[in-house]
Amino acid sequence: MNRLKVGDHLILIAGVLFMVTPVVLAFLTSTHDNIEIFRTGLQFDFGNEFVSTYERVLTKAGGFTKEVNGFVMLKNSLILGIGFAVGKIVISMLAAYAIVYFRFPLATLCFWVIFCTLLLPLEVRILPSYEIVQKLGLVNTYTGLIVPLIASATGTFYFRQFFKSVPDELLEAARIDGAGPWKFFIDILVPLSKTMIAAIFIIMFVYGWNQYLWPTLITTDEGFFTLVRGIKQILQVWIGAQIPAYNDAMALAILAMLPPVIVVIVFQSWFIKGLVESDK
Amino acid sequence: MATITLDTVRKVYGGAVEAVKGVSIDIADGEFIVLVGPSGCGKSTLLRMVAGLEDITTGEIKIGDKVVNNVDPANRDIAMVFQNYALYPHMTVYNNLAYGLKNRGMAKDEIDRRVKEAARILEIGDYLDRKPRALSGGQRQRVAMGRAIVREPAAFLFDEPLSNLDAKLRVQMRVEIKRLQKSLKTTSVYVTHDQLEAMTLADRLVVLNGGNIEQIGAPIEVYDKPASTFVASFIGSPAMNLLKVKTDASGLAFETGAGLSGANPHGRDRYIAGVRPEHLDVVPAGSPEAALTLKAKVNVLEPVGAESYLYAECGDGGPEIVIRVESHAHFEPGQEIVLSAKAKDVHFFDADTGRRIDG
Ligand SMILES: Nc1ncnc2c1ncn2[C@@H]1O[C@H](COP(=O)(O)OP(=O)(O)OP(=O)(O)O)[C@@H](O)[C@H]1O
Ligand SMILES: [Mg+2]
Repeated sequence: MNRLKVGDHLILIAGVLFMVTPVVLAFLTSTHDNIEIFRTGLQFDFGNEFVSTYERVLTKAGGFTKEVNGFVMLKNSLILGIGFAVGKIVISMLAAYAIVYFRFPLATLCFWVIFCTLLLPLEVRILPSYEIVQKLGLVNTYTGLIVPLIASATGTFYFRQFFKSVPDELLEAARIDGAGPWKFFIDILVPLSKTMIAAIFIIMFVYGWNQYLWPTLITTDEGFFTLVRGIKQILQVWIGAQIPAYNDAMALAILAMLPPVIVVIVFQSWFIKGLVESDK
Repeated sequence: MATITLDTVRKVYGGAVEAVKGVSIDIADGEFIVLVGPSGCGKSTLLRMVAGLEDITTGEIKIGDKVVNNVDPANRDIAMVFQNYALYPHMTVYNNLAYGLKNRGMAKDEIDRRVKEAARILEIGDYLDRKPRALSGGQRQRVAMGRAIVREPAAFLFDEPLSNLDAKLRVQMRVEIKRLQKSLKTTSVYVTHDQLEAMTLADRLVVLNGGNIEQIGAPIEVYDKPASTFVASFIGSPAMNLLKVKTDASGLAFETGAGLSGANPHGRDRYIAGVRPEHLDVVPAGSPEAALTLKAKVNVLEPVGAESYLYAECGDGGPEIVIRVESHAHFEPGQEIVLSAKAKDVHFFDADTGRRIDG
């Protein structure tokens, strides 16, 4: 029994090490001096460049135009991640609401058409999407960055399944209580979907945060760069003929990781609370 | 408070399933009507049409003097209590009660007054800040009742509100619903498949079968004079014994074999004769002929405490019948017994249609 427990823990510890080591190494390395990293590779201890590296990364303007720094990119990434997640949740909840609660012609067909778009990820339709955004003059805007991405078959599907599991009597009780379609949605369905919303928010925020291809296409203005693409871009410019700024790159990577981690931690407790308190 | 009038109301689902086949009922102001019938007979459908949750295919429903066929549920001035309570899980008990009133734009202090009043009547005052999941089944049931009461509606509609409760609580809530309805004097329509609940609650019973009304009447009337074999077997527990009989020169007889005797009451040659378990007496052999006399052989004795039920087989290979006997009576399996019933306790039904034949 006890041995089994030890074995269990060993497996878990191995898993943790496997996942965490690269992150820890990146962090440790980011606290060292550039030249030292270049000479001796990855660092295994905490260096004394922590403050200066992170300060430089966050505040020093980089790029060609010298108008983008870590803070700006962090802000852009947050706008993209949150806009992306919130947009997807709003759109897919409304779509699922229409599909589940309203009888309109070809409702099932509509659902399956939406569902089929799962087969067409952004990468497949990226050229026409770009064309449309560009024609609308939305290149280098947050709208152009976010809106084309927020239609979500996955979200619609999950919300549809969830709404279908809500007992009909709840709708009927609400109708007798004088709640119209809109009130029922806001007063009953949205609060009941809290758990679902939290779960989808986690997934979608991280997904949006990690977008690379689309932001690369749609933002040529460095003021709109997100962290994820900034890591690469800034590194390219800074290297020139000099030694690559590995420490800065590592620091940016660490910074880029923090917000998704925070989102997961915050929403997960929500999410689990929701599961445990199961309302329905 | 209001009358409710149903005029040849029909409901056809999807153009094919006729769930309610032309039902007419006049419900008086303040009356407690119970719709009772087996599963699938259309009682929920009928109730939901009154509530406005289901379209009326043809016919007319009036609440008060107003035809409500095309009126929204919220504007019909009714309140409904559902079998699974349908409380809003994310709202406190207080908000569950208040939600409908808020939607009507009622003033805050009036809402508060009504919620407090309902909570007092139903003794749920201590739970007002809890969410429904933190309540027991019985407490949830009270909250569901409270949500109906606060609206002070013209009519209460109940769809099997007690069937999720355990037996003891069911009896308790049944009494309470009755008391509440009597003191509020609100017209009520109550759906159940439990004949005991139906008998005890109703001012008038509506027995439904396959979308049709079999009988409407006060519970005791329905019990005393069931209009058909269906009603006879549905109301009363254990159910009425129904025996297929023919007539010959000497009077009544079983279609198969011996064991039954009695006078032919209506001059026909076939009947279904009905007699309730509580109206059969075990008499000594050789007693004078009664309206109906049966010879039977005991199968099982089933004591339930206050009384016992005796299952016996009529004649040789005849139908099995149930007889209520006193609680400590003693019978041996295989024992031969003679049973008799008085004329007023024997019901005769048409052998083909199952309708009651009155003399
Ligand atoms: N939405 C629907 N579509 C088609 N048929 C339906 C629908 N709802 C009910 N029915 C049918 O209508 C008939 C009456 O249903 P209803 O729910 O009124 O029965 P009930 O008397 O309330 O039964 P129970 O005691 O089981 O609740 C049933 O045969 C049922 O199958
Ligand atoms: Mg029903």
